[in-house]
Amino acid sequence: MTPPVTTQRVDLEVNGVQHACDLDPRTTLLDALREHLDLTGSKKGCDHGQCGACTVLVDGRRTNSCLLLAVAAEGSTVTTIEGLGGPDLPHPVQEAFLEHDAYQCGYCTPGQICSAVGMLDEAAQGWPSVVTDDLTDAGELGTDEIRERMSGNICRCGAYVNIVTAIAAVDA
Amino acid sequence: MKPLTYERPATLDEAVSLLGRGEVPTSLLAGGTNLVDLLKLDVESPQLLVDVNHLGLDRIDDTPNGGLMIGATVRNSDLAADPRVRERYPLLARALLSAASGQIRNMATTAGNLMQRTRCVYFMDATKPCNKREPGSGCPAVEGASRELGLLGTSDSCIATHPGDMAVALVALDAVVHFVAADGAGTIPIGDFHRLPGDDPSLDTTLPAGAIITAVEVPPLAFASTSTYRKARDRRSYAFALASVAAAIDVDGDTVRDIRIALGGVSPRPWRAHAAEELLRGAPATADSFRAAAEAELAAATPTGENALKVDLVVRLVTGVLLELTGSER
Repeated sequence: MTPPVTTQRVDLEVNGVQHACDLDPRTTLLDALREHLDLTGSKKGCDHGQCGACTVLVDGRRTNSCLLLAVAAEGSTVTTIEGLGGPDLPHPVQEAFLEHDAYQCGYCTPGQICSAVGMLDEAAQGWPSVVTDDLTDAGELGTDEIRERMSGNICRCGAYVNIVTAIAAVDA
Repeated sequence: MKPLTYERPATLDEAVSLLGRGEVPTSLLAGGTNLVDLLKLDVESPQLLVDVNHLGLDRIDDTPNGGLMIGATVRNSDLAADPRVRERYPLLARALLSAASGQIRNMATTAGNLMQRTRCVYFMDATKPCNKREPGSGCPAVEGASRELGLLGTSDSCIATHPGDMAVALVALDAVVHFVAADGAGTIPIGDFHRLPGDDPSLDTTLPAGAIITAVEVPPLAFASTSTYRKARDRRSYAFALASVAAAIDVDGDTVRDIRIALGGVSPRPWRAHAAEELLRGAPATADSFRAAAEAELAAATPTGENALKVDLVVRLVTGVLLELTGSER
């Protein structure tokens, strides 16, 4: 017998604010953000973890919010594009995207920026990538490293050249 | 996605108890990167999800003999970044880093990676026949879109591949899967963990029903310091393997003293190349012997029209990787 559709209380901490939500346990974090918390910066592209438009930071780590059930995110700290910064006080990566014209239509941009913030933190911790020659010494991020590490974010407009430039400028 | 309920046990005992209750179809939720996708596609429809992310299984510990005990919910990114993995097991670090995207690696877990399902397009499409998803319904892949599918250890009923990278390195390393179930704890050598389909492709693994993986143990292997993982795919990053090879080699002068080779993307299980290893132990470390050994391993291959390219691809990957590791163009 199929269980009836029910909702349950889910406490989410998003951008420093506690939210008590009433959610069907099937709700993804992405849908909770967009449909229940009115945080529409995170975008739904493929809804299967393949495009990266839904990328947010969960406990500081870049995460596909379309593949994470909201109920499983309870107890974690979620940061979305809205929490990184806004027009008055943009995050350095947001500023770099503006400065280097790192978008065209802008749909993938929130995910690109959240992903870049998480990626730069990973690199700062010395994490290697598959294109790193010496696994024990990740070294500086060059173009090849940025491209590899950002491969979970697709840009249908093909603004990759300026996205890489913007991220490199923040890393410099 | 069908309606379901969610439980978040705080202890392993509680999780085993929830899983063992067996009142409704139950799935374990770890990183969810494959499972949540399959729920959306109605390929999997559990009525109960048991979240295993809060059981304290997220440590990487040294074992007394110099190996590592990797907790079931250690994230792929944390495992790849661990200095001990980078130094002692480069093939494992590179396999992990070859897989998926930065976001996915932050979510995906060690045990979840072993339990991930095939990405065969017929399995992933609930409107199509598939012997793995719906036993007895047939397999359109053999005569259909099979370019990414298997050619070693396959059967008439299923040619799906294990899609992962990590497990290929673990098979080369003779890792051991640790689990607990209601009736106690147990272990399975990784080489026996993934099943060949035979006439029943529905079960991917030999993990007993009701068991929860707690850790993967990687034994010490001194010559794994000379090891790597190479993956051929249709785009340079964030794609499943057409074929991949994990290899470690120990060369004494010009002679192969010992060797480990495992292949990915070619079989329902990460494929340990026993025949090639056997031929190469004691053989000269030359391109000719590397190539001959790889060809011998592929002698049993049963490619489809669409994936016949993998035969040459694997031979070249193996030869190229072994030449790279021995630093020679011999």
